[in-house]
Amino acid sequence: MLSNLPRDISTHGAQIDAVMRLIFWICGAWFVVAEAVLVYLLVRYRRRKGVRAAWLPATDRKTLAWVLVPAVLVLAFDLLIEHASAAAWARTRLNIPAGDVVVRITGRQYFWAYRYAGHDRRLGTADDFDGDTTLRVPRGRIIRFQLEAADVIHALWMPSLRLKLDAIPGRSIPGWFEATREGTYPLVCAELCGAAHGYMRSSLTVMSPEAFDEWSRSRAPRHEDRP
Amino acid sequence: MSHHAPQGFVRKYIFSTDHKVIAKQYLFTGLAMAAIGGFFAYVIRSQLAWPGHAAVGYGVVSANGYNTLVTMHGTIMVFWVAMPVLLGAFGNFLIPLLIGTDDMAFPRLNLMSFWIFFLSSLVLIGSLFVPGGGSAVGWTVYPPLSAQASYSGGMWGVNLWILAVALEFVSFLMGGINFITTVINRRAPGMTMFRLPLFVWEEIVAAIVFLLSVGPLVAGAVMLLLDRLAGTGFYLPSRGGDPVLFQHLFWFFGHPEVYVLLLPALGILAEVITANSRKALFGYKMIVWATIAAGLLSFVVWAHHQFIAGIDPRLATAFSLTTILISVPFAITIFAFVATLFGGSIRFTTAMLFAIAMIAEFLLGGVTGIINGSAAADIYVHDTYFVVAHFHYALFPVVFLAPFAGLYHWWPKMFGRMLDTRLGIAHWLGTLIFFNMTFLPQFNLGMMGHHRRIADPTAFDFLRPGQHLQVLSTIGAIGMLLAQLPFVVNVVWSLVRGRSAESNPWKATTLEWTVSSPPPAENFAEVPQVHRGPYDYSPPGVGDDYIPQNSAPDGDRPGSAARSDPSDLEPVPAE
Repeated sequence: MLSNLPRDISTHGAQIDAVMRLIFWICGAWFVVAEAVLVYLLVRYRRRKGVRAAWLPATDRKTLAWVLVPAVLVLAFDLLIEHASAAAWARTRLNIPAGDVVVRITGRQYFWAYRYAGHDRRLGTADDFDGDTTLRVPRGRIIRFQLEAADVIHALWMPSLRLKLDAIPGRSIPGWFEATREGTYPLVCAELCGAAHGYMRSSLTVMSPEAFDEWSRSRAPRHEDRP
Repeated sequence: MSHHAPQGFVRKYIFSTDHKVIAKQYLFTGLAMAAIGGFFAYVIRSQLAWPGHAAVGYGVVSANGYNTLVTMHGTIMVFWVAMPVLLGAFGNFLIPLLIGTDDMAFPRLNLMSFWIFFLSSLVLIGSLFVPGGGSAVGWTVYPPLSAQASYSGGMWGVNLWILAVALEFVSFLMGGINFITTVINRRAPGMTMFRLPLFVWEEIVAAIVFLLSVGPLVAGAVMLLLDRLAGTGFYLPSRGGDPVLFQHLFWFFGHPEVYVLLLPALGILAEVITANSRKALFGYKMIVWATIAAGLLSFVVWAHHQFIAGIDPRLATAFSLTTILISVPFAITIFAFVATLFGGSIRFTTAMLFAIAMIAEFLLGGVTGIINGSAAADIYVHDTYFVVAHFHYALFPVVFLAPFAGLYHWWPKMFGRMLDTRLGIAHWLGTLIFFNMTFLPQFNLGMMGHHRRIADPTAFDFLRPGQHLQVLSTIGAIGMLLAQLPFVVNVVWSLVRGRSAESNPWKATTLEWTVSSPPPAENFAEVPQVHRGPYDYSPPGVGDDYIPQNSAPDGDRPGSAARSDPSDLEPVPAE
């Protein structure tokens, strides 16, 4: 199942994949054992002539332990999973680093728009510039984004980056990522956003830092050179 | 207990106040809605496997039509199938019989509950035929998409959808109050709370959870309707509102609702498994307390639907923790059901086969839920086919496998006729094989990153390699629908030609089996006196391998599971 994951091209994704792998193996083992016990009991205690069922209402603690001990083990594994999960969540969503590149990503029925903050890394200033129809980012740099929506709720979904986040009208939600491999990757809307939701797509283009710098110079407004 | 059996067709079969008739009305309405919901599932699957090709029996699916189908499939299966079958049909039929009374506490309220539910069904189906078509905004109706007609097309499709859901809630609110009142006030003498069959506990905890969670959503729906019709802006940022508010109100209800459905299903399992393994339920009181704990916890997990939906990320870990914790009471319950099999003498009736299948499949729904419940992993799997596969593995066993177990078990009691076992096994086998064929591939699709609610996967380069899995899933879905044919034949055959059922065909202990099949109009000729707990199967020192709940203790017969004095439970040496 996990082998179907697309290749991870982010710096934080390995930690998310590790959480998924941890849960997969823990829960997979529990699942297999539980099914095996179920099948064993069904076969072992199938009705046979002359064999009467046992009287076992399990009202004392000693007998209940047969169920309560596994339940406590479930709890222990839950906490183990939550521990790993909380760390991965903190890295991905809580501790958002300052970006080398700052970009505002806006979802709108039915396309994504990108506006870059330019050299000052602040949105809403004169050196901002619009991107094109693909989200262009440099490899190996921290990208900080502000996610917004112009009309209804959309969700930014880039499987290769292990990144999904809802874009909510009226809010500007911060996030970050760092891409490690050049190339073009899927970028789609993952939240039902209207009739053409199923066709709302763009792409992520990871470029070499040099190519990105050249591209951003070509997009930047002329008056950025003023003192 | 003095009303007389009503005379005349209309009073007897249509506007009846008899809980057994009302239960059957819920049952058949729910099954009819399931046929519609299943048909929509088939059209959805057909479109996904062969995008753009006409679905046989429906035609070409448009992008918006696809959204309507998805919306209606979810809405119907949760609110118009699961609720009427698990609560309306089984709750109504069984609660008065199991607690030993003649009817619900409020029989006329019960009648009104059903007819409001029936009206809500008509409104929902009617909403598909208004200009602009049915609601296409998803069963979660997230604003702003749902708050303004300009975002989503039709005006009256969504309005009528909201009206239908509101009527449905009114119906089940009245029904829930009826359940709770009935169990509190109308138990037969000797039927203490801890002698109630577990099914009754599960139904009343479900009713209480529903009662306490539905209010915020009703308020949320009214605000949504005002946004649409009166120009308010509760959910519109341009008018000072906040769309996330609706998500909180929706999921504060929506997640407990999952347990409102799950608990009655577990109740059915408890009755079917004990009767067919001839064993006392393992840890009856422990399960009751676990159920109550799960009911309480269910109110503090809702935001796990919103990890990536703009809530403060600092909140996520808290909700992730509560979500993962709620696995514990359900683990206890499921483990206890499995432990009940230990030392049993297991009889594989069709009902038992469905009950076992429910546990086996639900386990997969449960463990995959841990991935969704982890906030970090949810970043990846949220809104993908992984989630679709997960909740079908959780809900299909709850909404179909458990009720099938219940139907095969109580059908003789409901209709006085037996069902055919060979047809039942064919139904069971076909359903299971094709169910897994439908939903196992979807876990893999989700891992590929396949997002939900898109009409044409082939429009995305990165999804094309998974198209064969979509086709496999669709073949499974068609097979699953065809696998219901033996059930339809079985039911019709049973009603027309079925062998008459005796009063207690499964040799079970609870009170409904002490009266004829079907039970007479007022259930019990005289008020039963209850002497013991519900699961006295194979007690030592007794000839039969079960003792009915109303059987008086003679001499030193060994204790029942639910006696309060632990000293009664000392093992008695067998003779």
